[in-house]
Amino acid sequence: MTRSNFILLALVAVIAALPMFGGSYALRLGTIACMYGILALSWNVVGGLAGYPSFATAAFFGFGAYTAGVLLGKGVPLVVAVAAAGGASFALACLLGAALLRLRGHYFAIASLSLIEVFRELVNNATDLTGGGMGLNIPLTSTAGVMADATFYFYVMWGLLLGTASMVVVVAGSKLGFGLACIRQNETAANMIGLNTTLYKSVAFGLSACFVGAAGGVYAAWVHYIDPSDVFDILYSVKPIVMALIGGLGSPLGVLIGAFVYLGLEEVVWRNYIQIHSGVLGVLIVVLLLFLPNGLMSLRSRLLAWRPKRV
Amino acid sequence: MSEILRLQSVSRNFSGLKALQDVSLGISKGEVLGLIGPNGAGKTTLVNVVTGVTPASSGTVTFMGQDITRVKTYQSARLGLSRTFQIVQPFAEFSALDNVAAAALFSQPGESIRSARQEARAHLAFVGLEAQSDQPAATLTLAMRKRLELAKALAMKPKLLFLDEVNAGLNSAEVERATRLIHQLAENGITIVMIEHLMKVVLNVCTRIVVLHNGQLIADGAPRDVIKNPAVVEAYLGQQYAQRAGAHG
Repeated sequence: MTRSNFILLALVAVIAALPMFGGSYALRLGTIACMYGILALSWNVVGGLAGYPSFATAAFFGFGAYTAGVLLGKGVPLVVAVAAAGGASFALACLLGAALLRLRGHYFAIASLSLIEVFRELVNNATDLTGGGMGLNIPLTSTAGVMADATFYFYVMWGLLLGTASMVVVVAGSKLGFGLACIRQNETAANMIGLNTTLYKSVAFGLSACFVGAAGGVYAAWVHYIDPSDVFDILYSVKPIVMALIGGLGSPLGVLIGAFVYLGLEEVVWRNYIQIHSGVLGVLIVVLLLFLPNGLMSLRSRLLAWRPKRV
Repeated sequence: MSEILRLQSVSRNFSGLKALQDVSLGISKGEVLGLIGPNGAGKTTLVNVVTGVTPASSGTVTFMGQDITRVKTYQSARLGLSRTFQIVQPFAEFSALDNVAAAALFSQPGESIRSARQEARAHLAFVGLEAQSDQPAATLTLAMRKRLELAKALAMKPKLLFLDEVNAGLNSAEVERATRLIHQLAENGITIVMIEHLMKVVLNVCTRIVVLHNGQLIADGAPRDVIKNPAVVEAYLGQQYAQRAGAHG
């Protein structure tokens, strides 16, 4: 395992200590941080490693949320519902990926974006199952009190983050990761050396949807009420991409740091500029990307490059 | 000698353009076949048809007794068909070593990343790139990248190797070096089909020549006979070349 992957897992481990330090606000923020981490790390598998700019994150987040939501409403235990959400997302993404990933570049981006709309309309129209535009109420799973509930969902989300980080580390060091790097650099040549690119891309798309779907499931159980415009929000697709760009494309550690930095910015800006927070956040992101086009991870090599000059 | 590849009345159209028309061709094991012809004659299309990049519109391609007309590119690569590209196609960010390792890893069953890298070292040494093995492919010179292509193709343990203009853009010293490598490969028993414009190299290396013109096969035979063929002189070589070759031969 490389050093940066080790730091990645260490960072995830440190987050687990968060409930010792704060009240309900810290827990809420921590849960969202874990969720953002899952979304960004997952996007990195297909966007960063394979080089396919997917906008489908929100589609699978919503799909997972509704899968788990409906199952929880039928009295299925949380673990089973979340696992089902993740599994179904993986299978669906593999199938859709085999078709969608024939497109490249901008065409793929638009096609993946349209997935969100398709899923949203499906949920809107399946009123019997999902409640349609009225939303879906999800029964409380425990009656242990607000704080215990918050701590519980924080650890569930954290567990998923740990799972996602482990998946990313395993993929990066495996034949799959090697193949995805080949596809990103030169798909024609990748085919020519005997790499089944369709299969590899589909699996990457599936893996990037799997934990996102599960996170959607946990989110649904956590907030107890979901509606289509909430969970199929296109921002769930855009944010992971921004986080990955802030942190540094392709590097899992950078992407996770990017997710946390983004959340920090979001919170600070929202507090201080309540009227124009989206605008200020947007400007900050543009400035960051202008001056650090390769993300925060490039700071490290830049600092290392400076050091000899000072000596 | 047994036949390794057979094209039976193969045609390929790109909408109205007939890139290949009714081409029938057999290649025997151990041959070094020169595929020549003017630009746009369909030479690269022929390679693309065999390797499944652009499957034949009609006709059949048989490789070692197996019909591969509709086989996908990655599958034909695993069967032992490998090629170099006219325009080099490296994995630019990868080191030279990982470029070659990728070829070994994905074309051979049961390879691990570690074992593929080990094999890659041997292939890089064969083409004389061991000193550059840790350099990103993007930083290599054109001649080195051509040799890297060759190393990648070799890592796939090819039974039939297509060399698509490996000498284009190289200076004479580099051409000589590449020619020596091709000779060595032929001695190792790899069947080679080379697309080449440098007639000196073709005559030096090839045991047989076929000539494509406007998607049709216009000549097939021993090198010395083919270059005297009036149709070939008319379509490709030109009167001047024929006179010079006649004077020397």
